Amino acid sequence: MCLAIPAKIISISNETAIAEIGDVKREISLMLLPEAEVNDYVLIHAGYAIQKIDEDEANKTLELLKQMDEFYNNSGTLEE
Amino acid sequence: MAKKILLSYGSGGVMMHRFINDVIQKKFSNPLLDKLNDQSVFNIEKHRLAFSTDSYVVDPIFFPGGNIGDLAINGTINDLVMCGAKPLYLSVGFIIEEGFDIDSFEVIIDSMSNCAKKAGVNIITGDTKVVQSGKADKIFINTSGIGILENDLNISGDNAKPGDKVIISGTIGDHGMAVLTKREGIMIDSDIKSDTMALNRLVEKMLIHTDKIHAMRDPTRGGVATTLNEIANQSDVGITIYEKNLPIRENVKAACEMLGFDPLYVANEGKLIAFVEPDIAESLVEVMRSTDEGKDACIIGEVIKEYPKKVILKTSIGGSRVVSMLTGEQLPRIC
Amino acid sequence: MKFITEFRDSNLAESIIKLLRKEAYPNSNLMEFCGGHTVAIFRSGIREVVPKNVKMLSGPGCPVCVTSNSDIDKAGKVVRYPDVILTTFGDMMKVPGSYDSLYDLRAKGYDIRVVYSTIDALKIAEENKNKKIVFFGIGFETTAPTIAASIIEAKRRNINNYFVISVLKLTIPAIKKLLSLGEVKVNGIIGPGHVSTITGANDWKFLPDEYKIPCVLTGFEPLDILLGIKSLLDMIKQNKQELVTEYLRSVKPEGNIIAKEMIEKVFIVDDSDWRGFNVIEKSGLKISKEFEEFDAEKVFDLKTESSIKNCGCKCDEVLRGIISPVECSLFREVCNPENPLGPCMVSSEGACAAYYNYYVE
Repeated sequence: MCLAIPAKIISISNETAIAEIGDVKREISLMLLPEAEVNDYVLIHAGYAIQKIDEDEANKTLELLKQMDEFYNNSGTLEE
Repeated sequence: MAKKILLSYGSGGVMMHRFINDVIQKKFSNPLLDKLNDQSVFNIEKHRLAFSTDSYVVDPIFFPGGNIGDLAINGTINDLVMCGAKPLYLSVGFIIEEGFDIDSFEVIIDSMSNCAKKAGVNIITGDTKVVQSGKADKIFINTSGIGILENDLNISGDNAKPGDKVIISGTIGDHGMAVLTKREGIMIDSDIKSDTMALNRLVEKMLIHTDKIHAMRDPTRGGVATTLNEIANQSDVGITIYEKNLPIRENVKAACEMLGFDPLYVANEGKLIAFVEPDIAESLVEVMRSTDEGKDACIIGEVIKEYPKKVILKTSIGGSRVVSMLTGEQLPRIC
Repeated sequence: MKFITEFRDSNLAESIIKLLRKEAYPNSNLMEFCGGHTVAIFRSGIREVVPKNVKMLSGPGCPVCVTSNSDIDKAGKVVRYPDVILTTFGDMMKVPGSYDSLYDLRAKGYDIRVVYSTIDALKIAEENKNKKIVFFGIGFETTAPTIAASIIEAKRRNINNYFVISVLKLTIPAIKKLLSLGEVKVNGIIGPGHVSTITGANDWKFLPDEYKIPCVLTGFEPLDILLGIKSLLDMIKQNKQELVTEYLRSVKPEGNIIAKEMIEKVFIVDDSDWRGFNVIEKSGLKISKEFEEFDAEKVFDLKTESSIKNCGCKCDEVLRGIISPVECSLFREVCNPENPLGPCMVSSEGACAAYYNYYVE
């Protein structure tokens, strides 16, 4: 459940912000994430930002995936 | 079936097909109608003619990239063109709600005139009715069209063959998302524009290049998924499509993600899907790409013997899933 | 699309899938609690590539599916009041209550509007001062704070024609109930990524600690889910029971504290009627006294009879993971999206609808 997607905050006015994905924009509320800043990536659910996306953690997860990719490909080569 | 007619009976998916088959077709049945193509092809002496009709009730009537008038002209032209016919003449019927703004009406008929001129088609007869305020939603338009087939090709929904390649003429989901993002309650700001356009010049070039086109259809309401299912059913074949090959604009992808929509089910108004013999598929795509209307054309899949009447999507991670026909309307969701 | 496209990379996916297939995992039942995961797993074709001895069970994490008939009837009852505009998320439109669905009622002429957000519902309230705007509040912990925020905002802006029917539910009591029923053996749980964004990962430690079941809090993109599944299967193979957060870019140990405070401010926890489970104690959210002027159930008379539709629908068993939709005798021939007998077939993320729409037999 709970469709939520990452979007970039491009402007803020009080507790409202304009968030953008691709180049599609929508007004969202920052009532649940008042500390959000312009250029932050946030997770949006039903028009509200619910969490800031941690870019470092995202990169770590991708790194883990890349390691698995390398591991698989290398072990494949070893078996040949 | 429920006792009252529901909105979903007109939205292009399963409910609409059921309604047409079970209620309407039963009463009107005849060999020409029963083919259930978007147009009917018949002979008068030695001429093959095509005839089609469509009604336009879209809301909002003005949307990014066009208005209801553009749809009314381009839509019926496209229906004629999908059997390989050259569109000749159109009729136009207006049902206008009392109180509708005359300036808006003029913008609409300007668009209609421009579309017809651009396509080289004449509007030769029409009708206008005005009904009381509240009895129609601003304006409804019906257009009917006549075209002529200058070939003896059988381009029909029941003619797709295993091995055929499936070609789409461009990006999917533009029109539906252009309209939806402007609806009250949704209000998404984007550059998405409707793709409404007449496809007769494109099809003319395609037919000059090859006579190996078995079926064509424009994926309007219900999207590409519904059209593929229609053809799979009519031709009694299976169809495989590849997620990686589907051409979708970034902004349409983003709007779909936001609302939980699947672009395969979103309406298009200026695209066609063609089922063609495999040996000419790539050269045909090249020809299409040399035109404005077909510049993003590509092969998205093929017709198979297995899984008859089903459409299977090979996902980008290598799995598969069925793509079924749209049931009812697609609605924005939070779950 | 940043943070989306990278997590759909097909090359990386191929490698994990091959690693999954190479490893010899024990026979396992993995429950994806969340309806969104059921749909994501189907749509990306993951169900097909998971090792054959791993069974994927869907759970009751579909707020639409678990909303009871009598709760849906409340929405049906409120639209019959004069000058009411009912606003709702699109998800609820087609789910039948004891009588009609909201879709049917709209066809009959009642003013029912789909909105993307409570922000839109508040706008409609401000633009229609002579009408009463009622918002049908379904959802779990992810959605609850957005509804709480709308009520706080309505109070702040003196919007006195905005009301909410709160049928919000809490996931953790439901999981505990499901596990305590012991009807199905669950070896691992794919935990709800967005619910835990709000609640925090810490709230899910009870699964390994008390129930000895490993849980991975997983995102919704194909690579997230594959990583989540691999992580669970690795733990099962090593007989480890831990809570792992795969979805680290969004899920913090403490969650979203402001959102949780807002929920506590506006709502009180109460018993709730779940389709598939009957009443689960302390599993629902009702509007607190401080905000009762926004509580549609206090302002309108929305008492409804709970009528049980006895038509052989087995949604209850599907929601509890006892059977998969294809094992229901009514599936497809009798019960399908055009003629749904239960919400699992109607809901955009109901297990039955997912199987019907996506399952390659």
